[in-house]
Amino acid sequence: MSTTAKNMMLILLVIILAVVPLLLKSGAEFGGADGQAEAVISELNPEYQAWASPIWEPPSGEIESLLFALQAALGAGFIGYYIGASRAKAKNKGNI
Amino acid sequence: MKATKRSMYILYFMATFLTVPQAAYAMHIMEGFLPAPWAVFWTLLSLPFVLLGLKSIKKITKQNPNLKLMLGVVGAFAFVLSALKMPSVTGSSSHPTGVGLGAIIFGPAAMSVLGSIVLLFQALLLAHGGLTTLGANVFSMAIVGPIAAYGIYKLGDKLGAPVWLSVFLASAIGDLLTYVTTSLQLALAFPASTGGFMVSMAKFMAIFAVTQLPLAISEGLLTVLVFNTLSAYNKNELQELAVLKKEAKA
Repeated sequence: MSTTAKNMMLILLVIILAVVPLLLKSGAEFGGADGQAEAVISELNPEYQAWASPIWEPPSGEIESLLFALQAALGAGFIGYYIGASRAKAKNKGNI
Repeated sequence: MKATKRSMYILYFMATFLTVPQAAYAMHIMEGFLPAPWAVFWTLLSLPFVLLGLKSIKKITKQNPNLKLMLGVVGAFAFVLSALKMPSVTGSSSHPTGVGLGAIIFGPAAMSVLGSIVLLFQALLLAHGGLTTLGANVFSMAIVGPIAAYGIYKLGDKLGAPVWLSVFLASAIGDLLTYVTTSLQLALAFPASTGGFMVSMAKFMAIFAVTQLPLAISEGLLTVLVFNTLSAYNKNELQELAVLKKEAKA
């Protein structure tokens, strides 16, 4: 099997792994696992108070999504550039 | 007595209302949610690993300056994966860590630095994790995860397992152990009044480790994907780093 075909299969598997929970738990909120951890902490130790808070927080969920998207885009862009450049180099050398 | 209880409830709901929408996105230990002594303990424990990592990166880039870009790539991979918040079978969500790839290629020390940078970025700009909990989060994601991934990859290599299988198991188990460590850190800080550490550990494991199971598999698959691609076009570099054997086929 070619690398491309293998990679397509891997991507398909990742998509299935992401979609199945959405179907199985269609009513769930899919909030962060840490929200649940916070609830457990207050159950184990009701007096515990967070003693520090973030210096800066994204002003809204939209801005937060923007920053997360930016994080993913910057990383993916860099990886894509490197792989593209490496591929071109390998092609010029006649390795592929 | 009753009045104070009611005002406590109101205060509790107000606090929840004000804090949950932001905090609900963070999958590492949230800012302020580790008692100070534990925060200091994990920071001190993490420090030598990060210093060792800086030394290791210096050595890698000095010996082989053309590996700088690939070092950037494994850092970028952790950067991308830790931005992907994926749904899990538990009905909550979490994200992969992406540190396995770099640990396999450059060793766990280098990843302790790159992982810390990712965590710092998320703590400062996304209120995801925190500065007081940075040491603990660095220990789980940038130290335990990479060491496990590196060890498993080397073991698979020794046992003659196919490269893709070693890469898959290394990154998936490294991811899972990161969140087992998070559970351990929280259980140590918050032992249950009856049953103590073990009861707490079971509770935190049910949240973090179980949620993480399918995500660890996803991380393993994505790491194999990028590793395959790098092996196809950058075989020389990977052989130079002794990640791939000279005669081995990618």
